[in-house]
Amino acid sequence: MDWAYFLQQLINGLTLGAIYGLIAIGYTMVYGIIGMINFAHGEIYMIGAFHSLITFLICQAAGISGILPLTLLLMLFVSMVLTSIYGWGVERVAYRPLRGSFRLAALISAIGMSIFLQNFVQISQGARVKPMQPLVEGGITLMESANFDVQLSYMQIVIIVLTFVLMVVFSLLIAKTSLGRAQRACEQDRTMAGLLGVNVDRTISTTFVMGAALASVAGMMVTLYYGVIDFYIGFLAGVKAFTAAVLGGIGSLPGAMLGGLLIGLIEAFWSGYLTIEYKDVATFGILVLVLIFRPWGLLGKPEVEKV
Amino acid sequence: MTDNKLLEVEHLTMRFGGLVAIDNLSFNANKREITAIIGPNGAGKTTVFNCLTGFYVPTEGRLTLHAEDGPRLLERTEGFRIPRNNGVARTFQNIRLFTGMTVLENLIVAQHNRLMEASAFSIAGLFNLGSYAKAEKEAVEKAKFWLEKVGLYEQADWNAGNLPYGSQRRLEIARAMCTDPSLLCLDEPAAGLNPRESAELNILLQSIRDDQGVGCLLIEHDMSVVMQISDHVVVLDYGKKIADGDPEAVKNDPAVIRAYLGEEEDDELPPEVAADLHLDPKAH
Repeated sequence: MDWAYFLQQLINGLTLGAIYGLIAIGYTMVYGIIGMINFAHGEIYMIGAFHSLITFLICQAAGISGILPLTLLLMLFVSMVLTSIYGWGVERVAYRPLRGSFRLAALISAIGMSIFLQNFVQISQGARVKPMQPLVEGGITLMESANFDVQLSYMQIVIIVLTFVLMVVFSLLIAKTSLGRAQRACEQDRTMAGLLGVNVDRTISTTFVMGAALASVAGMMVTLYYGVIDFYIGFLAGVKAFTAAVLGGIGSLPGAMLGGLLIGLIEAFWSGYLTIEYKDVATFGILVLVLIFRPWGLLGKPEVEKV
Repeated sequence: MTDNKLLEVEHLTMRFGGLVAIDNLSFNANKREITAIIGPNGAGKTTVFNCLTGFYVPTEGRLTLHAEDGPRLLERTEGFRIPRNNGVARTFQNIRLFTGMTVLENLIVAQHNRLMEASAFSIAGLFNLGSYAKAEKEAVEKAKFWLEKVGLYEQADWNAGNLPYGSQRRLEIARAMCTDPSLLCLDEPAAGLNPRESAELNILLQSIRDDQGVGCLLIEHDMSVVMQISDHVVVLDYGKKIADGDPEAVKNDPAVIRAYLGEEEDDELPPEVAADLHLDPKAH
């Protein structure tokens, strides 16, 4: 066994998994609080990627793209803010009017929203693949062997560290602050939370905003990591992140992160050792298996039917 | 007398399509009093609560809450604003605690608004800044006060869902009180309690009335609770008020007895049927 090759796949898988995890949090939080799958979430991630690219181009035009930390921070900040507005708007326009309606209505509305956003970006930004120049270059060589050098690029370090920091911050937000407490209360009993003075509508909006902000970070990371984006990247990434959320146990925040990492690792190892063409088959095969054998996921709680 | 009014219900009517659930109901509930609403099943008691707490918008009528900062029209207030600033708090017939949270957290969620104001929409909360830390400390103090009051101090870190039934009921009342209400609406708080727990509940409610100065509105089927602790009883039947007064007067009101026990059935039977029944009671 070639350990160098294994280590490289592990690093690649963790990077990919961190990105999936960030998107999966949006699915899992929205599912937790209103019990629906926000299928437009992948599109939000794609829009986040576009926002970061556009911000970069503006920075370049303004001549400040040479100052790398400033550019990166601006990209992160602008992309998070603008994408959050999209997340808020999607909830306001497509889901809130349907909240009292049957569950399928919101789901269909989500799919409609997803198609709308995809086409909106396709028309407004063009259908061609958008290139992004690499901003964070270089890396560390961890290990050298006869035919293979293990590389950990600085970009991968940025992705993994940033994801970790965001995870900690969001976990604290949910566990410690009154906003997080209100979110958990709404998750369990929205009516009762409202009776205790919690503004349920605003809490749900905040959840969408938080999910969108995290997805936009994922979008920016992908833009910088792969260097190409187009209007269609949201679909596959969205469905994979959804798989990650289901695998981890939908509704569970640590579950989403764990599921994301696992899906990233599975994809990396499958591509590395088996066939790269079948990596999506592997991922969605897992979705099917989880749904059949453990629908509540790894960290979720099985729903106990009360008699 | 007028400045003692806490809740004024005037000509409240609630229709669901053709069904009239509440028909022109008017009554008052006073400060520092326990007002019981009683009546047979389906009389519209819970509907009154649903109108008061913003679940239903009444078809007609006015609901005025005389809180400390002046009168408020409840039927024009959005649901989640009703509990704010010494508003209305409520419990349900079935227990609706946040079972996935600890006992203490249940009580802190009820103080969400004050904490939210102090934390500048949670940003200060995340960094544990001074104003928020202080507000949170106060919230915990208040929660502890109520935990002690309902005898659950030791169980503060339990999952609320793991408490025994009677304790869950008391926790619900404590949670409602943590919103600092001026009116507390209790929907059958004694349901499912054993006699001892029920007696403890009486003491708790009397203390809420006398020590906290909060007006209570109580729906209850357990007549011993109603007769012992309420200062004022309103009786509903088919959405109409049939009696209103102190417990003793209501108990002896013929209209109330009729609503609970029904009319003398025999008088309404056709004479031949009645005759049959009396002639041959062992038939069938």
